[in-house]
Amino acid sequence: MMFTVAAVGVVVTMAMALARALIGPSVYSRILAVNVFGTLAVMLIAIYGFIDDRPEFLDLSIVYALINFIGTIAVTKYVTYADMGHGDDGDPAGDI
Amino acid sequence: MPRMRLGCFSGVEGDYVTRTLGLAAALAAFWVLLSGYWLPLIIALGIASIALCVVIARRLDVCDREGYPIHLTVPGITYFPWLVKEIVVSNITVAKAILTGDVNPQVLQVRASQSDALGRTVYANSITLTPGTVSISVDEDVITVHALMDETADGLRSGEMNARVCNLMGDSVPTDTKHEVGAA
Amino acid sequence: MEAALDVLSWIFIVTGLAFCLIGGYGLLKMRDMFARLHAASLIDTLGVGFVFIGLMFQVGFTLVLAKLVIVLLLIFFTGPTATFALARAAINHNSLPAVDDADKKLAAETKSTDRSQGGIG
Repeated sequence: MMFTVAAVGVVVTMAMALARALIGPSVYSRILAVNVFGTLAVMLIAIYGFIDDRPEFLDLSIVYALINFIGTIAVTKYVTYADMGHGDDGDPAGDI
Repeated sequence: MPRMRLGCFSGVEGDYVTRTLGLAAALAAFWVLLSGYWLPLIIALGIASIALCVVIARRLDVCDREGYPIHLTVPGITYFPWLVKEIVVSNITVAKAILTGDVNPQVLQVRASQSDALGRTVYANSITLTPGTVSISVDEDVITVHALMDETADGLRSGEMNARVCNLMGDSVPTDTKHEVGAA
Repeated sequence: MEAALDVLSWIFIVTGLAFCLIGGYGLLKMRDMFARLHAASLIDTLGVGFVFIGLMFQVGFTLVLAKLVIVLLLIFFTGPTATFALARAAINHNSLPAVDDADKKLAAETKSTDRSQGGIG
């Protein structure tokens, strides 16, 4: 019961984030909304593990949290440079 | 092998060894946590992958005081609870602001008085982690912040978080009461 | 004991969900992307935090508890970095926050012209 309530609440919030991702208007708002959607998906996976009494789902949420972060950085970088990497121009900081 | 660093030098070599061992220990703990099996084959595979990760980390030269700040563990005991308290308080403030629609977005600049890049990173990340204030640019020691409302902006202007991060990093706390850049 | 833990779980999960829903509402309601960042950080910090603490009361001292802590810390430490990268990218592309003119100028000044230095990481 408790976990079902939690899952429903998270799904409703996910719908809100998805609505913002569809409305936009700027690409950055969409990225932000997708980032939030990913965070909520991590929560939903964890909660589903509790509903189904299979704690292994937490491993999935760890991986999803990592992918969500790297994905956000990658997409941000892609819309900024239209390229996944660029030369370091001799700068020691390089392609960070 | 010449070491290229980004403005922050990691003291002595012994320090470096401690950090490498600390990294190995943390990776081992993480492996045991994820696996939960104690079969010889699995353990051997775990040791092999930990060794590989540590070798790669040393080759990448990320195992220094910036990349693996193990020395912040003890000072962090007082800092992180304070940060969590601050996060809870400003969460409630921002939640109220969202519900009432009473917002006044503004941009301000504050001076980070930490002595190195790691300290300023901790400060800028703490600002972002606290809802109501987001750091949008870090230039040398000036951090540009987007604040959602006057209340959260004033909390940042008081400079308490700056002083606490200075304490955390072991830097001297600024005596100057004016924390905002360019404020009258 | 069991009942007390259940009550604690309920309190934390419901509070966390309240923060999530308010954050989602703010995400829809706020007018510009920088204001939406604040609403998103509501979900990223206490929304996730309280729900996970609520879940923690249900598992006792097991490996699952440690995994919950790991996920929570992961979200806590990666969130600000992603937010900062997003804010940098927006400013570098002239998507400035909707604030007073003087403040807008301040934000625009932080735009990095040299892309090898500006970066987004």
